Formats: sequence, C-alpha cells, structure tokens
Amino acid sequence: MTDMITTGRRLPDRLDNPVKSAALSWESLLVLVALGIFIANSFASPYFLNAWSLSDLTFNFTEKALIALAMALVIITGEIDLSVASIIALASTLMGLALQYGADTPMLVAVGVGVGILCGAFNGFLVTGLKLPSIVVTIGTMSLFRGIAYIILGDQSFKGYPASFSWFGQGYVWWVISFELVLFLVAAVIFYVLLHHTNFGRRVFAIGNNATAAQFSGVRVDRIKFVLFCLTGLMSGIAAVLLTARLGSTRPSIAQGFELEVITMVVLGGVSILGGAGSIIGVVLAALIIGLVTFGLGLLNVPGIVMSIFTGTLLIVVIALPILWRMYKERRA
Amino acid sequence: MTEPILTLSGISKSFPGVRALSDVSLELYPGAVTALIGENGAGKSTLVKTMTGIYQSDSGEIRVNGQVVSLPTAISASQAGITAIHQETVLFDELSVAENIYLGHAPRNRLGLIDWGTMRREAQETLDSMAAGIDAGMPLKELGIAKKHLVAVARALSVDAQVVIMDEPTAALSQKEIEELYVLVDLLKQDGKAILFISHKFDEIYRIADRYTVFRDGEMVGKGFIKDTPQAEIVRLMVGRSVDHIFPAREAAIGDVVLDVQGLSHPTEFDDVAFAVKKGEILGFYGLVGAGRSEVMQAVFGMTKPSGGVMVLDGRTIAPRSPADAVEAGIVYVPEERGKQGVITGEPIFKNVSLPSLNKTSRSGFLRMAEEFALARTYTERLDLRASSLSQNVSTLSGGNQQKVVIAKWLATLPKVIILDEPTKGIDIGSKAAVHEFMGELVAQGLSVIMVSSELPEVLGMSDRIVVMREGLVVDILDNKDLKPETLVRLAAGIVEDEAA
Amino acid sequence: MKSVLKNREIWLALAIVAVVILVTLRFPRFSQPGNLLTILNDTSILMMLALGQMVVILTRSIDLSMASNLALTGMIVAMVNAAFPMIPIPLLIAGCVLVGAALGGFNGMLVWKLDIPPIVVTLGTLTIFRGLVFVISGGAWVNAAQMSPDFIALQRGSFVGLPVLTWFAIVVAALFYVLMTRTPAGRSFYAIGVNPTASVYTGINVGRTKFLAFVISGAISGLCGYLWISRYVIASVEVASGYELTIIAACVIGGVSIAGGIGTVAGALLGALFLGVVNNALPVIGVSPFWQMAISGAAILLAVVLNARGERSKGRVILKKAEGVA
Repeated sequence: MTDMITTGRRLPDRLDNPVKSAALSWESLLVLVALGIFIANSFASPYFLNAWSLSDLTFNFTEKALIALAMALVIITGEIDLSVASIIALASTLMGLALQYGADTPMLVAVGVGVGILCGAFNGFLVTGLKLPSIVVTIGTMSLFRGIAYIILGDQSFKGYPASFSWFGQGYVWWVISFELVLFLVAAVIFYVLLHHTNFGRRVFAIGNNATAAQFSGVRVDRIKFVLFCLTGLMSGIAAVLLTARLGSTRPSIAQGFELEVITMVVLGGVSILGGAGSIIGVVLAALIIGLVTFGLGLLNVPGIVMSIFTGTLLIVVIALPILWRMYKERRA
Repeated sequence: MTEPILTLSGISKSFPGVRALSDVSLELYPGAVTALIGENGAGKSTLVKTMTGIYQSDSGEIRVNGQVVSLPTAISASQAGITAIHQETVLFDELSVAENIYLGHAPRNRLGLIDWGTMRREAQETLDSMAAGIDAGMPLKELGIAKKHLVAVARALSVDAQVVIMDEPTAALSQKEIEELYVLVDLLKQDGKAILFISHKFDEIYRIADRYTVFRDGEMVGKGFIKDTPQAEIVRLMVGRSVDHIFPAREAAIGDVVLDVQGLSHPTEFDDVAFAVKKGEILGFYGLVGAGRSEVMQAVFGMTKPSGGVMVLDGRTIAPRSPADAVEAGIVYVPEERGKQGVITGEPIFKNVSLPSLNKTSRSGFLRMAEEFALARTYTERLDLRASSLSQNVSTLSGGNQQKVVIAKWLATLPKVIILDEPTKGIDIGSKAAVHEFMGELVAQGLSVIMVSSELPEVLGMSDRIVVMREGLVVDILDNKDLKPETLVRLAAGIVEDEAA
Repeated sequence: MKSVLKNREIWLALAIVAVVILVTLRFPRFSQPGNLLTILNDTSILMMLALGQMVVILTRSIDLSMASNLALTGMIVAMVNAAFPMIPIPLLIAGCVLVGAALGGFNGMLVWKLDIPPIVVTLGTLTIFRGLVFVISGGAWVNAAQMSPDFIALQRGSFVGLPVLTWFAIVVAALFYVLMTRTPAGRSFYAIGVNPTASVYTGINVGRTKFLAFVISGAISGLCGYLWISRYVIASVEVASGYELTIIAACVIGGVSIAGGIGTVAGALLGALFLGVVNNALPVIGVSPFWQMAISGAAILLAVVLNARGERSKGRVILKKAEGVA
C-alpha cells in the first residue's frame, strides 16, 4: 500500500513530477482528440479552414458549454441537474411573455437570468432542504418547468425580439469573434479559478469525494450544493438569453434534449459521474470536441441525428478505453 | 483424537503491494470452538473471505472432511458446508426476516418457484428453536442489532453448515445479549458443528473457546488448547513481544470549566444529559456500545439537533446547528467511523488537513498552496505521521496514520475542546500508544479532551473523570481515583438494578 | 391495519380512485366501463415499460435508453414487415423481444464487465440507438399503407372482452409478478439493491444480476417497439422521443426508490396508471393537453417528497421511553 515510508521527520510536498503527470492526463488526451478531429475536418471539407466557418463553429456549442461549466461543479459534488434544458424553455417563454408586456432589452435579459436563478434555487431547495435525490428532483422539475412553458405557450410561439436583444445571440464583438464566444471564454476562466483556485472549489471536491466526512470537517455541504444548483440555473438562464436571441423566437420545445448533451460534455471532459474528480479545462476541451465533430459532420451534410451516434459512441468509448487499458495491464501483471 | 472437519494448509494471499496471508494453516474440529486471535491487519478477515469463497487464495489447499475443495464463489463455499456470520452489514434491511434467513437457498415448490409458506414456516421453526422471539414475517429493519444477530445465526443454521464462522459476533451486543449468544454457540457445539470464533476480547475467548489459533502479520504464529494457555502467552504471540501497555503518566493541571452542558435531550437517543469538561482535563465517556455516547457527542458537534438543553462554552451560550458552527466555536470531533466520517478518502493528506482551516491558509478566498503544505506539515509532523509525501492519498494510509491525519486536521483549527470517539479503535498497538501520549500533550497545553471509549483500560488509564452512560442516560460521573473496573462495568450494564428487579 | 396504511400502493390506488371520482362528479361519462377500459388500454405500453425500468432501478441502476431501444426495434420490425409481409406476426414479436434484449444486453455488458456507471452507458446508447433508427431508415417513415393488415390488426383485436394490447399488459404484469416475488432471480434484484455487499456474501453475482436487469428492460422495450408502432401505425425517428423520462416518472410515482431495493410490481403499474388517468382526464374536464407535462412533473415531485418522508430514518432508538413510539 504505502510504497515508500519516510522515517525521517520531513515529509515532502509531493513525489511525482507535475510535468509528467500533466502529460499523461485526461486533458492532454482530449487535446490530441481535438487536434485529430480538427485536422480531419480540414481535409474533409475545403470550407472548414476559414475564419467565418470557424466562427460559426463556436455557435454550435457555446450555449451548452456555458451550462456545462456549472454542471461540472454539480456533478463533482455527486449530484446532477437534468432540468437545465427545461429551465431554458421556461426562461425563454417568460422572456417572450415579458416582451408582450413591452419589456425592453435590459428587462428581457433580467427576466431570463432571474428565472434561471429562481428555477435553480427551487431545485436546490428540494435537494438540500428536503433532502431528496437530485436525479429524481430534476426529472420532476424537468417536466414541471417545460410543462409551465407549454401551459403558457401551447403550440404558439413568441417572436419579434428587438434587434438590440438579438445582438446577444448573433452579434460580434470584434471581426469574427462573437459575443457568445467571448462570454463563454470569460465564464470558462471564472469557473476555472472558482473550481481550482478557491476555497469554494476545494470544498466542492471534498463533498464529491466524501460528503459525510466533508460535513464532519465543518464544510457546509447543503449551502454549497444549494449555491451550485442556483449557479446552474443562472447559467441556464444566460443560455436562454443567448439561444432566444440567436433563434429570434421562443417555442416551448426550445433546447429539447440539451440536458443530455450538456452532461455528455461534462463526462467526456473527465468529470467523474460518481463525483469527486474533474477539471474545467477538460470540460472546455470536451465542448470544443463536440462542437468540432458536429460542425465537421455538418459540413459534410451528415444529418444531426447521425452525429448523435458519434457523440454517444464517443462518450462510451472515451470512458471505456481507460478502463479496458487498466484491465489489460492488470491481466499482464 | 477426532479428525478436523476443515483443514487449511499453506494458504497464501497477496494483494498489490501487500502480502495478506503467508503460508497459514488452520484446523477446525467438530463440536469445538476455535478462537482466531490477532490484531487488526493480522489477516483474519482475509482468511475468512478465503474460506467463504469471496477471495481465492494464491496457493495452498482447503480440505473439508479430508477432501480437497475449491471455493471459487460464495455459493460453492456454502455448498461445501461453510457459512459465516458477519457483522450486521451483511443482512438485508428491506427484506423480511424469513427471506434474510433463506435468501439464496429458499424452498421451492413443484414449479421451481419460491414457496413463501414453507419458507416462513421453517424460518419460524428455526427462530423458535433458538427462543429468539422474532416473527419471521416482519421486516428486518424493525429489529434491533442483537435480534438481527439472531437472524444471522438462524441463517447459519438453515443452510445446515458443518463449519460456522463467527466474525466478532459480540462487537455490538450488550452483556445480556452476549450471554444469550453463548447459549446459541453451545447449541451449535452440541450439534457437532465446527466453530471459528473471531474476537478481540480475552474474557470472551476464555469463556467460550476450546482451542485457539493466533495470527500475526499474515502468519500463523501459534495454536493450542485454551485451558492450557495463560492469557499472557496469547498476548505475547499476538504482538510478538510481551506488552504491558503503559499509559502516559501526566501532571494534571486542571483549570476552570470550559464546556458546560446541561439538560441536553433528544426525542429517541438521549435525555437530560449534563456534564462539564474543564481546561486541561480528559473527560472519559464509558458505556456499552449503543448507550448513546456518540449520539450525545454528535449533538454537541452540531451534527444532530437536540430537542432541548443548554451548552455554554467559555461563558458564552452556544447552539451549533452544523459542524461548521461547532468548529467556529472551538469544538471539534474525531469520529468513530474513520473511513466514512473522518478522512476524505480519495484526497491527499494535505487537502484533508487544510480543509477546515482553508479560511486561514487562503487569501480572500483564493487558495495558497504553500501555506496549506506548511500547515499540513506542521501538524502531521507533530503527530509523527508516517507517509511518503503530503500528497499521498489518505486511503493508502494505515488506520493509525489515517487517525493521525484526522487529529492533525483538527489541531490546525486551534480548538478549545476536542472530542475523540473511540480514538484507538482498530489501530495497531504502536499507534495506540502514540495517540494516548499525544492526548496527554494536548491537555498539558490547556486543551479539554472528551474521550468516548468502550475499552476499560483506556478509559481508566487516560481519564481524569469518567461519565458513565446507559440507555441514553447519564448514570454517574466518577472521579478516576482508585476506581475498580467492576464498578464501571456494573454501572454501564445496569446490573445492580437488574438484581433488584 | 397499521401496515395497510403504511402501504404506498394503497395510497396511490386511493389517489387514482379519487381523481376518477372527482372527474366523474362533473362528467359522469368518464367512469363508464368503456372509457375506463380505454384508459387501461392507452396505458398498457407505459405499464409494461415501467415494469422493465423498475427492475433496473431496483438494482441501483437506471436505463435511459428504453425509449430509443423501443424506437429502434420498432423501426426494424416495421421495415421487416414492409419488406416481408408474409412473416407471421408472432415470429416478428419474438424477434422484437430478442433484438430489444440484445440492445439491453449491450448496456448490461458495459455495466457488468467494464463497471461504467449505468447513467453514462445508457445516456450514450440513448443517442446511439436513436441515431441508428435514422441510419437504417434513411430518415424515411414507415406508414400504415406499408404495414401488413395483420401487423396493425393484432393488438387492436379483442379477446374475452378486452383489447389484445391490454392482454399483453396483463400477461407481462403477471409474469413480472411471478418473476419478482417467486424466483431467486427476482429476489436477487431486490437483494443487490438493498445491500450489494451482503449480496456477494449470499452468493449473488452483482454484476451479472445487473446485466440480467438490463436484458429484461431491453426485452420489454423491444416488445413495446412492436406494440407502439402497430398502435400508432407510424414508424419514424421521432417515435417515443423523450419517453424515457415518462417511464422513470411512472416508477417514481409508483414508489420505486431511485436508491434501489424498494419497489413493487403493483406500484409500478399504479404509477403508470396514475399518469394515464390524469392524461385522459384532462381533455374531459376541458383542460388543454398542454397541462399534461407540468402535472406529471408536479406528481413526480409530490411522490418523491411523500416517499422520502416514509423512508427517512428516525435515528437510533436508545431511550427506553422512546421505544414503540418511534
């Protein structure tokens, strides 16, 4: 068990070489996969290596990736939130409703983000206040939130968002750099620092590894989980603003199935579905990979549903490979 | 001389990096109880798992009635007539008592379907033959620990085993329940079964066993008849040296009351608990397992909400609603279940140590690794932690070293009161002495220590005063001067009252 | 008496009866036998799927791929039927069960042999199976005109006064009842859900038992693939899209604990029936069908809150005076 026992008094900080362990990490594997797909794409389509094509690519995944950043933290604590796509639907619907009552752009954004936070707080209350399993709670709120959108909208849709609002989903900050991309990059940096360089992030990992022991160590487990559900709601609300602005309309079926794609990104990014491990860099890379794959296949006119085979297979293969490798090594040993 | 029913010879078993069993042998005789004795980590549980088909040994052979058998699965072991009574964790709370007895070998009807009527009737017959007083139809979860144990025994009887392994069967039982268990063991003996009895308690071994086998560090180091062997000899075999565990002598410099608890109550767990711990004092809490001591401590630590009572810490009334509140106030708790509640397995040593002190090591919420390593080093070195580096995963440490990590974590918060719940349970004798010595140092520095322990020598050796609890109530608080062990045992078991009643 | 009141199934059945009575008070025709039979028939497929999902959930797993499995098997059987109308329907049904079981077995193998969490495995196969529907069909539909008359007629026929589809549900429910209560395999699903460690000591192979659970949920999905397609007489990529969550909802409402080990055949059936009754009652009382989703969401939350209250451990009972009270 203990490979080396020091008998002296001074314990070293660490034994392994950080450079070497980084090279062997999940993230570097993802970088290789991303590079491979990037190269394959540029060979497969002459239209791929073009600034505007690459810019279009980013629209493919930024909204989902924004949610994935927060979802990663939720999953690291050992919980899950399946209601994110339904939060988008409800937030978008209520933005549309606000529009009917003459809300201006700042008001619309405030409604979208506010509804997101409230929905997240509701999930958080059910999970931490009533001590219910998050998977069941969010399956319930998934139906409930989108259900309310259906009650409000039925088979109708809201249209006619102002141009200033559409900019959030369609505008460019500089040249080919879209607002969505900038927002995502800023959010990614914030989440990176939050998870890997703050007390909060350290406690998130502790909860995921052993929630009971974390609580016994004075970590306010419920409070942190509640904040994380609110955070996921917030990011879903922001995604609702971007998506609604990009599409220019709201239907209750908006963002259908996003939750599974978001979770796929998180798991592909190396976050353990059992909690306790994961990194933001991995999630960002996974989002990029999924974006590259869907965009590349799109350039080849492969329909979206077929791409889903690809992402599904990628998810299973990427999880299975390290396990198979470990089994192979154990068998040889 | 009868032939053994079960013979193990030359059994070895290794795990990556550890040699758990090395060329061990064991014989079990019909109608006899053989005690398997050894410290934690001596290889007892590995051997049990090898005998019950959970593990496969790397070498060696197992003979039942002279025939070599292989036990690749748990089913093959039970078909070979070997069954084990484990701790309560290996029963099924949500299933009925009858099903717990018959799961895996339920009676079937002509169609091959489970025959619930027969199953329930036979289960009831078995339970009645043991005078268990349990209805076979009720859900297991409604039974107490002792009754669950009887169900486990009934299960062993129902498979008609020749060999019954009892793995620390009395660990969670009261004295009265233990006596009832002894009667059952006698029943099994008369039935001609070979019994392997694993226990730490010498009084128990001398009361019930006929033979003994001692393991140390994965090797068989001695065997013989109990009645021919003095206790000191077995202890010597166990630890490899003659040990007269000496508790550190210390100069008591006891000051004013630090924590004063009055009328602490809970609807089902404890009632009207009152005690006070002074500066520089070790306050022992003695009682039988399940007397409510840990529950009281968890309420003091803010884990559970008491229904009433007042706590005053340094003259200030406190009402911690979470462990975080308690830690902020200056009360910390080293839990009994080290793996589940103590260390964060999967994380390195330094992260475990710094977790409650992050507010001190960080700057405005941002981590500062150098400060964390420095903090972790300071406190783990004070405790003489044995590890390869501060980044070593705590789950790869031995029990004793994990306990040091937990204690280091709390010392780093500079607490006023430290509660230790069974601090030396399941750790080797060397680490035990280190923990005891360290407790002495803590009080010398002016900390107050509350120590919950079920080990009499520890309570008597370490405490300044002793609180005795029974069935959720404080029975007495005694000064630890010329106390007789019998006094404590009698108070804890309520024996005087039983005689009067 | 006390144990009867503790019984979740009784409460759920009472809730269903209450809904029926409330609706009937205003719309007497709702509880006519014919209408009630229609509801039962409409709910038959969901009932069967809920039973399959229950077995998986009992083992502390989850199968998110059931609806995609159903769509894929359904598309396969529809295409086979369109191409070879002479193949007898019972043979097609047997084929569906086998294909479904094989797809479920694929999930099960990944869970058993590679120890990948079931939610990850079935999240992946959910998209893979659904994508394969498109691949084999090229995105085209198989419609009523392409299906053989027998293919459509079988489950619409009636037998002893009940539609054949309802009979399917009754037979499947009976089989599950026997499986779950009277066979060692059925009991082992409960055992590994309640206490996986103890199960190993009892000689149960936890991985293989989970595999078996996935095979069962797959087989049921396959069977329902045929039933769904022949009932709605259209096979497309969109068939039963998102239905996996309705199936889980039925289980949760039926008192199946997501933590494993707790759940009964009657509970899963009643959970499905509850959703069926509510969905059928909405148009009757003049509420837009767009309320369906929100109501089932609220029902899930209510069910899980109520179930959790029943399961919550009350702490140890140590005090003498507290015994019997708690």
